[in-house]
Amino acid sequence: MTTLFFAWRYLWSRPLGAALNLLLLSLGLASITFLLLVGAQLSKAFERDLAGIDVVVGAKGSPMQLILSGVLHLDVPPGNVPIKAVQELARNPLVEQVIPISLGDNFGGYRIVGTSLDYPAHYDAQLTQGRLWTAPMEAVLGATAAKAMGIQVGQTFVGTHGLGAGGHPHGDSVYTVVGILAPGGSVLDRLILTDTASVWKVHEDYTAVDDDDRRVMEDEREITMALIRYSTPMAAVSFPRFVNSTTDMQAAAPALEITRLLSMLGLGTDVLRAFAGVLLLTAGLSVFIALWSAVRERRTDLALLRMLGAPPAKVAALLLCEALWLGLLAAVLGVLLGQGFAQALALFLSLDHSLLIGGMVWPAGLWVVPALALVVSLASALLPTVAAYRVSVLRLLQSH
Amino acid sequence: MIQTRGLCYRYPGGGELRFPDVDVPHGAVLLLSGPSGSGKSTWLALVAALVAPSAGTLHVADQAMGDLRGATADAWRAAHIGFLPQKLHLSAALTVQQNLAMAQWAAGRAEDKARIYATLEALGVAELAGRLPHQLSGGQAQRVALARAVLLKPRVVLADEPTASLDDEAAAQAVQLLHTTAQQHGATLVIATHDARVASLLSAPESGGWGQIGFSRLSLARDQLSKS
Repeated sequence: MTTLFFAWRYLWSRPLGAALNLLLLSLGLASITFLLLVGAQLSKAFERDLAGIDVVVGAKGSPMQLILSGVLHLDVPPGNVPIKAVQELARNPLVEQVIPISLGDNFGGYRIVGTSLDYPAHYDAQLTQGRLWTAPMEAVLGATAAKAMGIQVGQTFVGTHGLGAGGHPHGDSVYTVVGILAPGGSVLDRLILTDTASVWKVHEDYTAVDDDDRRVMEDEREITMALIRYSTPMAAVSFPRFVNSTTDMQAAAPALEITRLLSMLGLGTDVLRAFAGVLLLTAGLSVFIALWSAVRERRTDLALLRMLGAPPAKVAALLLCEALWLGLLAAVLGVLLGQGFAQALALFLSLDHSLLIGGMVWPAGLWVVPALALVVSLASALLPTVAAYRVSVLRLLQSH
Repeated sequence: MIQTRGLCYRYPGGGELRFPDVDVPHGAVLLLSGPSGSGKSTWLALVAALVAPSAGTLHVADQAMGDLRGATADAWRAAHIGFLPQKLHLSAALTVQQNLAMAQWAAGRAEDKARIYATLEALGVAELAGRLPHQLSGGQAQRVALARAVLLKPRVVLADEPTASLDDEAAAQAVQLLHTTAQQHGATLVIATHDARVASLLSAPESGGWGQIGFSRLSLARDQLSKS
């Protein structure tokens, strides 16, 4: 039998105390796990979905709303903008690429996005089934959306008005699924892509009677926003100012807005981090008190071990291993609890389909949790271990 | 087996104890009698290499104790000294078998279940191997503690107040058991006690040879080594 075995038995010889310490330590570590998971996943999602998009142009309103709705597909857009105005911007020499985004409908809660073929190309989307659309009312489903809706290539569906479930169905406008995307980890996974013209077709309730009428109708068409890539980095200085001052649209820089969003989230994160710190400190103190009491209670038992020939380091190792067991168990429980919290939050906020956060992932930074468990348990055990090391055998002999 | 000449121990806080010279042969019984605080524990500590003499010489099992320090003293103690404490100190978290395994662990030996069971068997408590200490009677617990003391076949068994808080019948059984077990293992037995009954129990005709050092409180007023 080993030191670890005897330490384990000693640990659970006071089951209530051990369980309480384990709970405290686990909760502190779970809070930190949760913060790390959410932080890492948010950063990854933002980095992935915003990559290559220099500016988003849409209706005037909140620039953050524009980014959240048009790039991350988490919010509703502030309004629409005329297609002609966007086409005008596309001719600007500072602009390399314009990807139109038209929102308005959903299928089973998954947004139907009218766009161009540049949109899936931007995220290097790959098909697992079928092909990309070549005509209006053909749809390509993201991997998550296709799996959730249980839909295959060749099947048809009808969109529902609005960006969330509960709108009225566009019963006379039927989409045909022509392709399904491979999971790519980007926002496309939870979108249904179609041609921009599909969105116009579904929502336009009159038909042109002649060419002039059609031309007027086409001139009045709108899209929700445009994702723009600059031809030169210099454009970042002048282009947004140009859009905001000379047009009825607004330009929002994703990098700027996300930095603002993260700094706003930062306050809450700091509070949670402080809370986790207090929990860990309390747990550390509790473990220290428990181990200190254990040394006092077991002083004569430890002295007997010395009498039986155990060197002081071996007696001290027994205490240290007890603390390490606690740290190990708390690290496992803390990580599992933290993962559970993240998963529960994802489900609660219905954000699990957004791929923004979730459990059962292990970002590199999460190794800090077992490391922290080790540090806290070792720090708590330091003084009790020294006391165990110095236990006096003479006291055992003179204890009567 | 145990030989002392001019043995002294100086306490860290001051004060010195001088012990009488003794020659205890292999397999004999030595009784350290006297009240609490009279120096019996210090004598045990010296014999167990827990403290070093300040003057004089002490040889235990052919080992000069003044030369033993630190890890060497621990290893020597593990190999040569068995100890039966007054309060037994069986770990409540461990079964009887695990308590004995812990003695092997403390001594740096690999777990030897066969020896554990054989030792328990010899003391008539093998069937209790799976029990926790709180499930044992006082007599059973003492047999288990004695099994732990002789498990590693020590050459000297130190028993500290083995009859304290026992009635006459239980005290007689305890001394008899201790004596018999030490004899079976060929170990020299040292009993430290303030219980006057132990001397009379050891004086029984079947007890064989035994010696005694009488201690008085605070100083060794008596220097009495008798052989019956």
